[in-house]
Amino acid sequence: MRGQEARDQAARKAVMATLAQASGDDIARLWNEAGLTSEAELLRGPETGLVTVRGRIGGGGAPFNVGEATVTRATVRLPTGQVGHSYMLGRDRKKAKLAAIADALWQDPAQRQSVETALVAPLRAAQAEASEKRHAETAATKVDFFTMVRGED
Amino acid sequence: MYVAVKGGEAAIANAHSLLADRRRGDRSVPALRLDQIVEQLALGVDRVMSEGSLYDRELAALAIVQARGDMIEAIFLVRAYRTTLPRFGYSNPIDTGAMLVERRVSATYKDLPGGQLLGPTFDYTHRLLDPELAAGADVAEPLQRAGEAEAMPRVSAILAREGLIEPDGEMPQDHVPGDITREPLEFPMARDIRLQALSRGDEGFLLALGYSTQRGYARNHPFVGEIRIGEVELELDVPELPFAVPLGRVRVTECQMVNQFKGSAKAPPQFTRGYGLVFGQSERKAMAMALCDRALRAAELGEDVVAAAQDEEFVISHSDNVQATGFVEHLKLPHYVDFQAELDLVRRMRAEHDARENADLPEEKREAAE
Repeated sequence: MRGQEARDQAARKAVMATLAQASGDDIARLWNEAGLTSEAELLRGPETGLVTVRGRIGGGGAPFNVGEATVTRATVRLPTGQVGHSYMLGRDRKKAKLAAIADALWQDPAQRQSVETALVAPLRAAQAEASEKRHAETAATKVDFFTMVRGED
Repeated sequence: MYVAVKGGEAAIANAHSLLADRRRGDRSVPALRLDQIVEQLALGVDRVMSEGSLYDRELAALAIVQARGDMIEAIFLVRAYRTTLPRFGYSNPIDTGAMLVERRVSATYKDLPGGQLLGPTFDYTHRLLDPELAAGADVAEPLQRAGEAEAMPRVSAILAREGLIEPDGEMPQDHVPGDITREPLEFPMARDIRLQALSRGDEGFLLALGYSTQRGYARNHPFVGEIRIGEVELELDVPELPFAVPLGRVRVTECQMVNQFKGSAKAPPQFTRGYGLVFGQSERKAMAMALCDRALRAAELGEDVVAAAQDEEFVISHSDNVQATGFVEHLKLPHYVDFQAELDLVRRMRAEHDARENADLPEEKREAAE
């Protein structure tokens, strides 16, 4: 039971990560194509505020504040009762609202699969492809050292 | 008596519409779009984010246009905007070890796990102006090289295995990270607060101070242990969820400076460290920050404080370019009454001076002088 709960939380978090990274336009386009409902009551927001970004001294030491980032959040309730949240970098309120609805829909066992396949899976695939491309482009700039042999023998 | 003087409303309004006109420039030239600035002036955007202390590319791009490309004015605009937003909280500390690396170089180890990745760098360019760029030539897609993702431990971890380098900076267990946006500066300050100030500090000022340490003012033999640039995941703990919410990724530049240290009464000979971490791709700034961080640790490491770069109050009090420009630029605002008072004072002192000089002169010279 506890294992299942942890897996659910990890899956829900992964959906949030994918949506946070996606563009608002992509989310809206897939949303319409999938015919997902956007009927939900706004409990909070969408509203934009600041999150202070923390780093660690030396990379792994004590935390310190680096600077702030704009973050937009929303909380919604579906007619079926599920409450969804979203927090994401940037100031895209429409995106934050859709992401909160997606989070609520995902918690509804009847809707989870369609959120995963119609919305999250295509975004995740596109993001993986973009990451892979970026990684390969960076890898092409890797220095291959070779040793010059000087003199004879 | 204090006499208030009013006036200039019309002049100010007209000056601002003239500013808007000049900012737009020749109307036959297409207006800049923010996405063009974000994409094509990306490092300028990064500087405004870093010194404006606000990670938001579109806002930084807007600030750059609004400021007509004046970076400090743009940083000022971003800082002002920040104050209008509520605060949701402090993120969990980012893990630069898990960075999606776009550039990573080390000047201390040739063959290190993960290798030397040059990334999109100006290094090794010939600094020749490119007429093709002026003509708007197409740019080829970059090459790709298939490769398995290799773990990329921080260089400091490699040196740490031998025990020859100090650990990452620790703070007492109960230490709460200070926040200069909430509390006024107090000296001496803890290293975490200093790093926050340095991270938003003026690139030019920190660069000059870092340079001064290399030229012998607080010399401390630096090596670039590592510079890495790339995106890291940002997470926030919120009460409504049982896990940290992923907010997306931010791009940062990290510099680990490694410094020779001959030891002191407090510590054996070893390598010490300076640390730089800034928003965006801002390598020069991260390096300058790391040099300044190390120099400012002089007292902590038992070194003599002999140079400007080691003087915490001097460095931190003057590193903020919004404060600096505010105080310098306020000098051009009307000081008519202050100056009138000074004028009066100088006239009086001059009259007294002249009278004294006259009294000291012999009779005949006094007549000649008159």
